[in-house]
Amino acid sequence: MFEILRTAVSSLWANKMRSMLTMLGVVIGVGAVIAMVAIGNGASRQVEGVISSMGTNMIVIRPGAPNSGGVRQSVGSGATLTLDDIRAIEEECWSIRNVAPQVSTSSQLIFENRNWPSQVTGTTLGFFDIREFQVEKGRLLDKEDERGAAKVAVIGATVARELFGRVDPIGQNIRVKNIPFEVVGVLASKGQSATGQDQDDTVIVPITTAQRRLVRSALADSVNSAFVQVKDISMMDSAMNEMRALLRQRHRLASDKEDDFELRNMTQMLNTMTQATRVMTLLLGAVASISLLVGGIGIMNIMLVSVTERTREIGIRMAIGARAGDIRTQFLLEALLLSLTGGVAGILLGFAASLGVTRFLQWPTSVSGGAIAVAAGFSCFVGIFFGLYPAWKASLLRPIDALRFE
Amino acid sequence: MTPLIEVKDLVKTYRSGDSELRALDGVSFAIERGEFVAIMGPSGSGKSTTMNMLGCLDSPTRGVYMLDGKDVSGLSGDELARIRNVNLGFVFQGFNLLPRLDALDNVALPLVYAQVEPRERAERATRALEKVGLGSRMRHRPSQMSGGQQQRVAIARALVGDAPLILADEPTGNLDTKTSEEIMNLLVQINSEGKTVILVTHEPDIAGYASRVLRFKDGKLVADKKQTPENGKRGEGYV
Repeated sequence: MFEILRTAVSSLWANKMRSMLTMLGVVIGVGAVIAMVAIGNGASRQVEGVISSMGTNMIVIRPGAPNSGGVRQSVGSGATLTLDDIRAIEEECWSIRNVAPQVSTSSQLIFENRNWPSQVTGTTLGFFDIREFQVEKGRLLDKEDERGAAKVAVIGATVARELFGRVDPIGQNIRVKNIPFEVVGVLASKGQSATGQDQDDTVIVPITTAQRRLVRSALADSVNSAFVQVKDISMMDSAMNEMRALLRQRHRLASDKEDDFELRNMTQMLNTMTQATRVMTLLLGAVASISLLVGGIGIMNIMLVSVTERTREIGIRMAIGARAGDIRTQFLLEALLLSLTGGVAGILLGFAASLGVTRFLQWPTSVSGGAIAVAAGFSCFVGIFFGLYPAWKASLLRPIDALRFE
Repeated sequence: MTPLIEVKDLVKTYRSGDSELRALDGVSFAIERGEFVAIMGPSGSGKSTTMNMLGCLDSPTRGVYMLDGKDVSGLSGDELARIRNVNLGFVFQGFNLLPRLDALDNVALPLVYAQVEPRERAERATRALEKVGLGSRMRHRPSQMSGGQQQRVAIARALVGDAPLILADEPTGNLDTKTSEEIMNLLVQINSEGKTVILVTHEPDIAGYASRVLRFKDGKLVADKKQTPENGKRGEGYV
């Protein structure tokens, strides 16, 4: 076996030009596919990442527009959605994992002699989970805060920086609409949202506190909106239907009346955007596949062109005592060695190209295992098939016919 | 003792389209150990076909071929490969060396398929090359050697497995007269050392080195004569 391996290696070495050309076909084909798919994948990962940083599996519920005397007002300005509605959803809809009602208001924040305008949001514990906020310093809000409508706040990184500078915010009091709130935690920075908003420019307080002290509303219990997290993306539609039915029932809407609330599905947006990048990945992959195909045809050409020479070689080897099996093993090994070396080199080239694109063009890339498998598999198949097939056929000839092969 | 080679009623037909070509039409003969036999005849007489059968490069359509008392006409491809490897050495008109291997590797190639250890292979190939007078050109490739030298490499390759039978199909067909003489003297020397040599040629001069001549015509054996080698260079040896 080692002997045949040596024969194969020396045969490849003896035909350096042919071996190099064959390998080049594999290397370029595999490398191109891997790099192209990596570029496309990188782009869609980035888009998905941006969107999922806003929270995936999400539905936003907002109160509907009041329709008073024919004058329609904007969505969300009504007071038709209550905290009880949200709690009902949390308890009764089985496809829901988490809900976070929100009461928001814009307010000037004051700490000692500094001030900063920001969005103050009253919400429940589920909010941190849904929006994937994590605490960096101090603690998040808890049930006690909510039950007791405690005057405590968790602030975003931007607020902490603008208001406190180098001072440790934990335990300090900030004033919101002249009401003092104790800062109990600072959130880990999340950066910009998909729409370009600074997600760290925020103050979060218990929803009960916000309802009682910060927001004056027609309905004491009303909320501005609610995030709803669905257990699984596949349950999105059933969750929407469940909530719609429940809210319509709770709001006692006759079947001919319009919804007095609005359900918006975040995955719809996610889908649109990932669709676009997926198309790009596919396109890049298709272009690269063509180069893989061309590489494959190159391999095929070189292998088939050398058939005459190789068939004579096979004839000579058989004439001096090689068995058909020896011939096949030798050629299989040659083809394997070529394809594998070429495949590995191609994978490395693909990785290097992806890295280069990331480093020099600042374009995120993500090398896909599937692309590696498909590209390497295809070129190995082509290399082995066209390397072995003519040899296989020649090994079935009588030695004299192989020797006389023209 | 059984003859080294015994063929009975050997028939070989080639089919091309509807017509059938009889290349060999019932040939029988026997060759004893140590003989030096020349097979002669015009082209298309069946002499090369006979040679390919004897060398197990081709198989007969009908008939029996006993090599060393063993019937080889019904053997499988692998068994025939073993016979080509162990029992005989073949020298071709066109040398048939592997162009990308040097002389030593070309000569050692049969030993690879005989599963001989690399070190022993090199030793035996070196000895075979020295025997044919190419001890100084072992690392040359075929393209760096003259026709006569290439043919001597091919003879060394036929000798390296120490087979009792050397088959040479027009070994001087591609060589000039002087080189032909050298090659023939080498074959004579090999024969004098006990090997059976069978040679195909259409040149009477070349056939003159042999001690027996088989003449073929139209696929049939028409004459089988023993003779005293004319070109009396036997015993001179080869340098």
